[in-house]
Amino acid sequence: MDVRDAPSQIFGAVNRDARHWQILALSGLFLISILTTDYGARPMHLVSALAGTMTAQIIGTAIVGGRFEWKSAAITSLSLTILMRAVAPWMWFVAGLIGIGLKFAVRYNGKHIFNPACIAIVAMCLLFDRDVWVSPGQWGQAPLLLGWAAAAAALVLSSAKRLDIALAFFGTFAAILIGRALWLGDPMSIPMHQLSTGTLLVFTFFMITDPRSTPDSRIGRILFAALVAILSAWFIIVPNVLAAPIMALAALSFLTPIIDRVLPADRFQWGKPSKSKEGRIHETQTPGRSGDARPQLARL
Amino acid sequence: MKLRHLAGAAMLGLSSLAFSAPASAFCGFFVAKADTDLFNDASKVALVRDGDRTVITMASNFRGDVEEFAMVIPVVDVPEEEQINVANPGLIDHLDQYTAPRLVEYHDENPCDMRRYRETMAMSAGPVPEPAPVAMEEAEDLGVTIEAEYEVGEYDILILSAEESDGLITWLNANGYKIPDGAEEVVGSYLKQDMKFFVAKVNLERHDGSAFLRPIQVAYEHEDFMLPIRLGTVNADGKQELFVFAMTRKGRVETLNYKTVKLPSDMDVPIFVKDEFGDFYKDMFAHQVDKHDGKAVFTEYAWDMSWCDPCAAEPLSRSQLRELGVMWLDEAGNEPQTRPGWGGPEPVDVFVTRLHVRYDGETFPEDLTFQVTGDRQNYQGRYVLRHPWRGDFDQCEEARDYADTLVDRWDREAENLVKLTGWDEDEIKQKMADGGYSASSIDVEPKPKKPWWQKLWGNG
Repeated sequence: MDVRDAPSQIFGAVNRDARHWQILALSGLFLISILTTDYGARPMHLVSALAGTMTAQIIGTAIVGGRFEWKSAAITSLSLTILMRAVAPWMWFVAGLIGIGLKFAVRYNGKHIFNPACIAIVAMCLLFDRDVWVSPGQWGQAPLLLGWAAAAAALVLSSAKRLDIALAFFGTFAAILIGRALWLGDPMSIPMHQLSTGTLLVFTFFMITDPRSTPDSRIGRILFAALVAILSAWFIIVPNVLAAPIMALAALSFLTPIIDRVLPADRFQWGKPSKSKEGRIHETQTPGRSGDARPQLARL
Repeated sequence: MKLRHLAGAAMLGLSSLAFSAPASAFCGFFVAKADTDLFNDASKVALVRDGDRTVITMASNFRGDVEEFAMVIPVVDVPEEEQINVANPGLIDHLDQYTAPRLVEYHDENPCDMRRYRETMAMSAGPVPEPAPVAMEEAEDLGVTIEAEYEVGEYDILILSAEESDGLITWLNANGYKIPDGAEEVVGSYLKQDMKFFVAKVNLERHDGSAFLRPIQVAYEHEDFMLPIRLGTVNADGKQELFVFAMTRKGRVETLNYKTVKLPSDMDVPIFVKDEFGDFYKDMFAHQVDKHDGKAVFTEYAWDMSWCDPCAAEPLSRSQLRELGVMWLDEAGNEPQTRPGWGGPEPVDVFVTRLHVRYDGETFPEDLTFQVTGDRQNYQGRYVLRHPWRGDFDQCEEARDYADTLVDRWDREAENLVKLTGWDEDEIKQKMADGGYSASSIDVEPKPKKPWWQKLWGNG
């Protein structure tokens, strides 16, 4: 083995599964949160979230069958740690259990309905009132440019197919906020400020882009993303709902199976065969239960 | 003057009121007092929030002719007269003092004996008062509707709605509310969002001529938990200063649309800071604002209001809290509790957060929106002075070691001060040396620094 090949080999190994890029990008955001915020993520919260998601993943796998998969659960843990704030560490554990638990429990036609981290945060906010919250302002703006760049890069590298939903969501959301500012006569610095929060970044690139809980067809995805953006903007402008995009996504998740029925398309599967630079095919798809070819995994 | 106040007050109108600070309420030993003019034109707002219920108390350091006082605040609804009140000016001052950053003193004992300590503290005191009278003109048909008209305390209050910002601004200017140029867009934006304008002036006939104006309070119920600051950024009068004292039964309050950070705290600083605590606090705040590019909201205090440690001022009494609008105090489950055999303040189910914001239109383009969190971790801005023991360092072995630690400690204190305030390190060290806090002043030979590996295994 030639040492000079090491970088491309590492790249190849990471690139074998889209979720590797996501784990890397989310880990970076987690570090930014730890290092630059006073009221942000803490390592203990990640440990707790990992314990919760892995526990649910083990139990779910045991019941449903199939191979134990840690990657999606790790992504959910990172998302929960980055986005959710709570008064006690055990709450991330519970959130992890709920998120992954619902991934196994609430399914329609072989797809889970809810994005695990999203539904976990919504459920925790409803269960624990103000003891669980989301801090959209906690990122400040300095590290955000870096964050957007890294997140976009991760998304492009991982599954360009899902860039459509990120762009559709962000474009619609930005258009509404900018349009509103124009109508009100507000300076553009206001919508720009509203669009530059870390929570929105994580949501756009790592939550609504979840290929396993969003529509299969491109038109369906764009429609779905636009609807989530419209509801998010309405939540912010009218009733001032906290964590608006996350709430909007959870509220509209029921639309995915409906859109899939009206606009059917091939189902997304993690780790579809992809060619490495050497031309070899890496097969990382997780086999489902015998007699059920549907993959059991989801991202986030 | 008027203009500036209006803007400062703007939104919250916070323009005016200032109060004298009774220096009597320290439970510790008063060692230093910050300049009362620390933050000129600071607006102070107390927000009591429970569910959708909010009571806002607005005060600011209005200096000048009471006649010139004017307050213009966008509001979401037309309040009833009973929803408006004027508060005792001492309330906000007390709240300010209770939550102020504090200086704590410790005295080293003879190293040959046991060490004991004594605490003292200092705090930034409230501002000084002033006030005066006001006049009012008739409303005109400029598309401006007077939705309500109230006389509350020394204030004449109008709730206005309007079709166009131009008409409203013309009317306001004609009636003695000097609206700064460039306010049309902001006013127009609020009008399009169907907001009303709450405007207040002082009625000279009902004003008792005292040296201050009392804070205005409004109680309302709305899902929005926000503070309109945009009018305050309209004029180019530099940065505005705002203190928010948020009280909830749940926990800490933070800003949703801006980064909330903690003011650095719990650091040892040189003794001379005691004599210039005001400058220290002011420069530290300015330095920290710069470090965050002017875009952060600073938490200066977050604490359960049943107690304090150390206390910069006594916790507020139940009646004071009630006056500030803590509406749940008398509701079921919150009856006064008595702690047998405990002479301290009465426990109350109130958590206060003191937020300090320095803003302008560029760094804070949007109004502040808040959320109540369940976080009840206590935090305070606290700075520590350690007075060295003065005596014969040759008295015992421990004393000689102690003298060595002093020199290290002073270096650390100087570094801390640089980090906090951005002050020049050489000047700090010179000031310390002048006060007798240097190696030469205690006859300790400045030792060459030990190599790091000696410290590593403690065998140096």
